[in-house]
Amino acid sequence: MSAPSIAAPVADRSEQAFGAGEPDAPAPRRRRMRTPDPEDTGHHNWWLTGLMIFLSLSILVPMYLVVVTALKTPDQLTGAGFSLPSPARWQNFADAWTLTSFPRSALNSALITVGAVTLTLLTNSMVAYAIARNMHKKLFKGLFFYFIAALFVPFPILMLTVAKLTAQLHLDNQLGLILLYVVFGLSFNIFVFVAYIRSIPRELEEAAIIDGANTWTVFWKVIFPLLRPMNATVGIITCVWAWNDFMLPLVILSDPGDATLPLQQYIFQSTFNTNYTLAFASYLLAMIPLLVVYVVAQRWVISGVTRGAIK
Amino acid sequence: MTTTTRPPVQAPPDRPDQPVRRKGIASRTPRGFYWMVLPAFALFFLLHTVPVLQGVFFSFTDSPGYGPWKFVGLSNYAALFTDSRVLHSYLFTFQFALVSTVLVNIIALAVAVALNARIRFKSTLRGVYFIPYVLSILVVGYVFQYLFTFSIPAIAQAVGNAKFSTSILSDEGLAWIAIVVLAVWQAAAFNIVLYLAGLQTVPAELYEAASLDGATAWKKFSHITFPMIWGFFVINMVLSLKGFLQVFDHVVAMTGGGPGTATESVGLVIYKGGFQGGEFGYQLANAVVFMIVIIVFALVQFRVLQREDVNA
Repeated sequence: MSAPSIAAPVADRSEQAFGAGEPDAPAPRRRRMRTPDPEDTGHHNWWLTGLMIFLSLSILVPMYLVVVTALKTPDQLTGAGFSLPSPARWQNFADAWTLTSFPRSALNSALITVGAVTLTLLTNSMVAYAIARNMHKKLFKGLFFYFIAALFVPFPILMLTVAKLTAQLHLDNQLGLILLYVVFGLSFNIFVFVAYIRSIPRELEEAAIIDGANTWTVFWKVIFPLLRPMNATVGIITCVWAWNDFMLPLVILSDPGDATLPLQQYIFQSTFNTNYTLAFASYLLAMIPLLVVYVVAQRWVISGVTRGAIK
Repeated sequence: MTTTTRPPVQAPPDRPDQPVRRKGIASRTPRGFYWMVLPAFALFFLLHTVPVLQGVFFSFTDSPGYGPWKFVGLSNYAALFTDSRVLHSYLFTFQFALVSTVLVNIIALAVAVALNARIRFKSTLRGVYFIPYVLSILVVGYVFQYLFTFSIPAIAQAVGNAKFSTSILSDEGLAWIAIVVLAVWQAAAFNIVLYLAGLQTVPAELYEAASLDGATAWKKFSHITFPMIWGFFVINMVLSLKGFLQVFDHVVAMTGGGPGTATESVGLVIYKGGFQGGEFGYQLANAVVFMIVIIVFALVQFRVLQREDVNA
């Protein structure tokens, strides 16, 4: 079942994250030592299972609506819109593909997301390493709180000025967005990376230093490989953020040709706002890439986010 | 006498690239550490701190965002408090954020508890409930806009319900509810996972002991589960409220701030006025006030919820 797969990453260092909880993180495995729990062996709560399946319709019905509407012709759009399309009009996707210039905006989104995730993982973990290993020094501790404090600075206060600044610096393009995701992500990422790095014993680094490795080598050869679970977490969160974000592209990008998928949807919506079948085909196109990634990597995504939550 | 025999400590290195680490790593910070944080600090300062400071600075000016400007003291701030559009946006934002925060946390906690119980198809159900997390709020918002504009009125007409047979999105008094529905639908996914993570930290022994004592499911929840995951609850409440106060995408997708200005959030007013209305300086004053409000909300929440913790 899925319970252990989530419990395992959770159990290892949950105690540092939440001082409010009990001091000792329980080991869920302790239960195994006892005689087999009768309730573990197939005594399922079917009533609750049924309820949860029913409630999951609240997620699935809107998804169903997207699919059937995307396949209809405009004159099939009658009533509540939940009827099946007859016949299905696959041409909608081809039309949406060209009308919303899907390939270009998907490419823009992909470029920005890949760039943001790659740079974030390479740089934010490094900054966190330097801070985590020097927390006893005023400078680094100050830097830590400087980055963390930004978590409570709402975006609207810099929305207007950062847009002007990036325009002046000629960063009102994909490169600028990548940079902003990497930099704005620092606050949260430093928080989770530092907690994780501090739980890595220093002996490993000291051994490498005795062998003559300098700080950089220690980080790239010893620490970075150990950060893999946290890199997965930060990578997933950054990926979902950069791919779906609407506000930053809206205020930063100046050339419509640079538009990301959500921004393109916004532009499309304000120009063709009554062509619903086409619009829904384009929504589906915009949702599919991350949905596919999610379905394929569902386990990692959920446990990755869980790990971030525990920090 | 003895000190002269230990030259490496006092002599600064002639060549900076040559690491001096005779005395172990605790004695001095290797230069590499400074180079690791310097670029990040410089970029963060340039792209985050500078815009914030500029924002505070220009909030005391009448700048329209371009061309000449002059200082106007606190008059932007004074004007905010008599601007009915701004005041209404704060009311809408508070109402939306408080209701959404409460609903999201209740629903997410309930779903998480159910998903953590002994049910079948656990991982599949978890997968389904987490789907909204990977979807763009804007795109989902357009779908919900369609649902509220066409599907729900059509269903209401079919069953003869007069109240919902017109779209609530065009009703000034009710449109905000549709935005809450979208926000809760989308945000519950992430909170469910956070609560599931919290539930994993509750030792199974406690439930076994409670079962032996004949405790009901509700007793177990209120006396074991909830106190044990209080820390998660506090964090979720604070983060949810902070996120919902900055609502933007939801409103853009569902109503664009309408009907009229009924569902304009603070973020949307700042965006519209600052970028399109030539109110750069004025909306920056609004943004400064907004920042203070968000910080105060977070501090108050932490205070209140932590005090509860002591009482519990």
